[in-house]
Formats: sequence, structure tokens, C-alpha cells
Amino acid sequence: MIPQEIHSALQQKFPDAVLDAKLDGVIDPFIKIVPHRIKDIALFLRDDERMLFDSLMCLSGIDYTGGKLGVVYHLNSTKWNHKIVLKAEVTADNAHCQSVEAVWKTANWHEREAFDMYGVVFDGHPDLRRILMPDDWDGYPLRKDYQVPEYYHGMKVPY
Amino acid sequence: MHETVKTVEEVSRRPVTVPGFGRPLMNHEMVVNMGPQHPSTHGVLRLELIVDGEIVVDVIPHIGYLHRCFEKHCEHMANYQQVIPYADRIDYVAAMSNEFGYVVAMEKLLKIKVPERVEYIRVIMAELSRIVSHLIAIGTYGMDIGAFTPFLYCMRDREHVLDVFEETCGARLLYNYMWVGGLSHDVTPNFSEKVKKFCKYFRPNIKELNDLLSYNKIFIKRTANVGVLPGDVAINYGVSGPILRGSGVKWDLRKNDSYSVYDKLDFEIPVGKGLKGTVGDCWDRYMVRVHEMEQSVNIMEQAIDRLPAGEVQSAIPKRIRPEAAEVYVRTETPKGDLGFYIVSDGTASPFRIKVRPPCFVNLSALPAMCRGAMIADVVAILGSIDIVLGEVDR
Repeated sequence: MIPQEIHSALQQKFPDAVLDAKLDGVIDPFIKIVPHRIKDIALFLRDDERMLFDSLMCLSGIDYTGGKLGVVYHLNSTKWNHKIVLKAEVTADNAHCQSVEAVWKTANWHEREAFDMYGVVFDGHPDLRRILMPDDWDGYPLRKDYQVPEYYHGMKVPY
Repeated sequence: MHETVKTVEEVSRRPVTVPGFGRPLMNHEMVVNMGPQHPSTHGVLRLELIVDGEIVVDVIPHIGYLHRCFEKHCEHMANYQQVIPYADRIDYVAAMSNEFGYVVAMEKLLKIKVPERVEYIRVIMAELSRIVSHLIAIGTYGMDIGAFTPFLYCMRDREHVLDVFEETCGARLLYNYMWVGGLSHDVTPNFSEKVKKFCKYFRPNIKELNDLLSYNKIFIKRTANVGVLPGDVAINYGVSGPILRGSGVKWDLRKNDSYSVYDKLDFEIPVGKGLKGTVGDCWDRYMVRVHEMEQSVNIMEQAIDRLPAGEVQSAIPKRIRPEAAEVYVRTETPKGDLGFYIVSDGTASPFRIKVRPPCFVNLSALPAMCRGAMIADVVAILGSIDIVLGEVDR
């Protein structure tokens, strides 16, 4: 399916959850969706006969600055060999997004990483702990307004 | 505040919980720690094994010991070319493949096409790099399981490839050779000769390796029917590379989502067939790597024959300034699909670079492969995944 068809199918099925889309003039066409409906959308995209997006290639957190964070999903179908990008936007002070761990197991560690680096809380994730940084690290390092702490357990951090 | 002293019985009745393990431990279960300093973990990886006697109930991997803030560093780079030496260090045993992934992504973002000569040299380098990576994977895998000799044979062959790299760009491990829009400089005049000589030398050595390790009775006993990962589970976990193909899924980005000049080259995708046990067991994953090395030799021989003359640097400005756009590109490295998600905001330095490392995703499927196996099998399964912790932790 081409991105336009995927977009209209999603709009038909989830009229309240699909925000807007940019399908032309970009390298990877993307669809913006509501962060607290992502799980239903993901299930539909995975199981619908025309979509069959069985693999989540990548899940990235991103800081758009100005208190806006994003979660970007890159999907691929191994059967139909088509791709689509989903984007969910959350605010930095209330960064909650639905987890898709139950849909694609890949999301487990990727969501933990996005939580670790950006502080996006994935509701419904079975084991949301920090993954790359130490458990007792303060702050979310990849946020644009992040300040590197002076010391960590008595060790100087900036070198 | 101190707790009041409890009797041993009271304490032993308290439920023990392990973060990451869904339920409290049962009376007969025990936690065994493996790593971070353990020779079979191939680096600094810590595994918490929940065991019931010899049987592994669950595995909880702890990663991040080698985290070097790759993504944070990228955002502080003055320009896009400076990322390449860092990209080298993601998977340091196959650095050429990482550079390749990054430059392919950048060129797609900039919408430029590089000369054909560059593409062919890049493909040859990437395939040499694949052979190096697989030789290390195979050698250390044998060593994990108790066969020391194959490791020495693999290292001997690896040396020949590193000599080619050294002659080309002066470095043996981390190259900074592929640049956005071309290569740092052309290959030496006797490069084709050297690669041809290596192909001729290396092909019989694969057979030697098979005799020495692949069809060894003890090796088969240790790896066949161990750590089986069915194909559909593998796709759901997002694993890629030899692990996915070992599970019988014919998926190789060089063919399925072709980039560079791979669509002009003729080669096969080896998949696991369950010859010695079940499809998707450790032996299948191992054997896919052996066959892939043969295919890499095929690719290199074709590429060397077609190598056109010409420039190796296309005209792009010294200071790259892409328009505000974003791109996600994945390439097939020896370990699997390496993805780069690059977001540009129109300035000279990257706004966001996210790496989707294959080892990170492959390692996340480790618990699924280990449940129900014996403790000694965990070493065999981990070795068959072939992780590089530099890539897992970035």
C-alpha cells in the first residue's frame, strides 16, 4: 500500500486519533497520531490484512525543544514490503505515551531507552527501568535543556 | 531507622523480588550473576540468571556499561562529517559497515549520488568487513564452547583483511575512510590484486573451518537444538541479520531493500534449514555466518571485476548544510539491520541522530531463547547472537 492509502484507512478507522500527515515532498512520509491511542492503532496496523506491519524497525525519542517531546515509530511490513512512519507528540511536563510492547516485542528495550534518555513514560510497559544510564542517574540526558551534573557519587562528570 | 531483629524463619519467608522479573522468586529458585567481567559475555554485559537447579527460568540482561553517549556527542558536532569517526566506534569489529550505513543515510538526506567507483569500493570494503566480523564471531564462538584452535585459524585469516585495510587507509581497526559524498582517498594501485589474492586464498579456508569446527561432533552436540528461536517470534522481536536468517526467514536488506550497487551483484541469501536439529537453533545461526562469508567472497570477486575508473570524491561543499528534513535508512551490517534516523534542522550540525543498533535488538531476544535451557547453554546461545557491546551500549 502507498502511504496515502494507509493514511486514509487509518483516518477511517480512527477518526479521532489521527491528527495530520505529511505524505508528499518528504523522504519518509509520516502520520501524526494521538499518543494515548497508539496501541490500538499499532494493533490494527499489525493485524489488518492489507497492512501487516509485523516489524517495528525503530522507535526513537526526540526533543523538539520548547517543551515538546516526540516518539517516532518506523514500521515495516516484511510481507508487503511497505513502510510508514508514525509520530506522537507529548509535552515535557506530562510526557505520557501508550506502550506498544504488547504489539511488537522490539519496543520493550526501545521504549526503555526513550524513557531513559527523554523521560517519556510509556503507560502499560511491563518493566520500565533505565537501560543505558545507571538506575540512580538524575535527569534525562538527551533533552536539549539537560545540564550535565557536576558530580556523580563523588566522581567528576564533565571531563 | 533500624528494623527489629527477625528470626531466620521470618526472614526466609519474606518474598524476594528481582527488578525485571515479573513475580517474586519461589523457594526453589535462585539468582546467579554472570558478568560484567565474564569471558563468555564478549565484553561488559551482566546477566542475572534466575535458575531452578540447572534450568534457566529467566534471564535479565543489564547493559550500559560501555555507554559512550554517541547520540549526545553527535548533537554537539560542528558538522556532519565529524560523526564518521564516532560511527566507526559503534561496532568496532566491523567499522567499515557502520560508516557505510551513515554515509548512505546522509547521501539520501542530501539527495546526492556518488560516483560508481565509490559505490563499488564501498561494497568491497563492507564485504571485507563482514568477513572480519564473522571470523571473530566464529572464532570466539568456538572458544566459548571449548574449541580453542579455530580461533587461531580465524585470527590468521582476519590478519590478511586487516592488511588490505591498512594499505588502503592506514588504520587497521577504525578507519574514517568513507566520507559523505565519497571516500577520504582512492585505493592503492595494487588494491584489486590484493583483494583477488585474498579471495583465492580464503575460499579453501572456509572448507578447512567446516572440517575443523562446523561439522565437529562435539560442537554439533553443544549447538544443535539449543536456543531455538522460531521465525515469527524473531520478526516480532525485531531481530535481524544471521539470527533472523538462522530462523529460516529469508530477509537481507542487500536484496530486500537494496542500497548502493548490491542490486547489480549476484549472490544468495543463506538461511537456516535445521540440518543438524531444529530451524533457528544455535548451529543454524552459526552456519548462516559461514555461508555468508562464501557469498561475500562471491560479491567481492564480481565487484573487483566491475570496478570502474574515476573520481572518488563527488563535488559537495566542505561544510554540509542539509535542508530541514529527516531520514531513516537501514543497511545490512554483519550483525543485522543498522538503522540511522537523522533529523536535520537546516544548520550545519545534526539536530538528532538515533542509531538503531542490530546487537541491541538481537540481545533483547536473549531471554526468549534462554528460557528452559541449561546454564551452560546460555553461553552457547549468547555466543551465537554475536554481540558487540560497543554497539549495544553506544
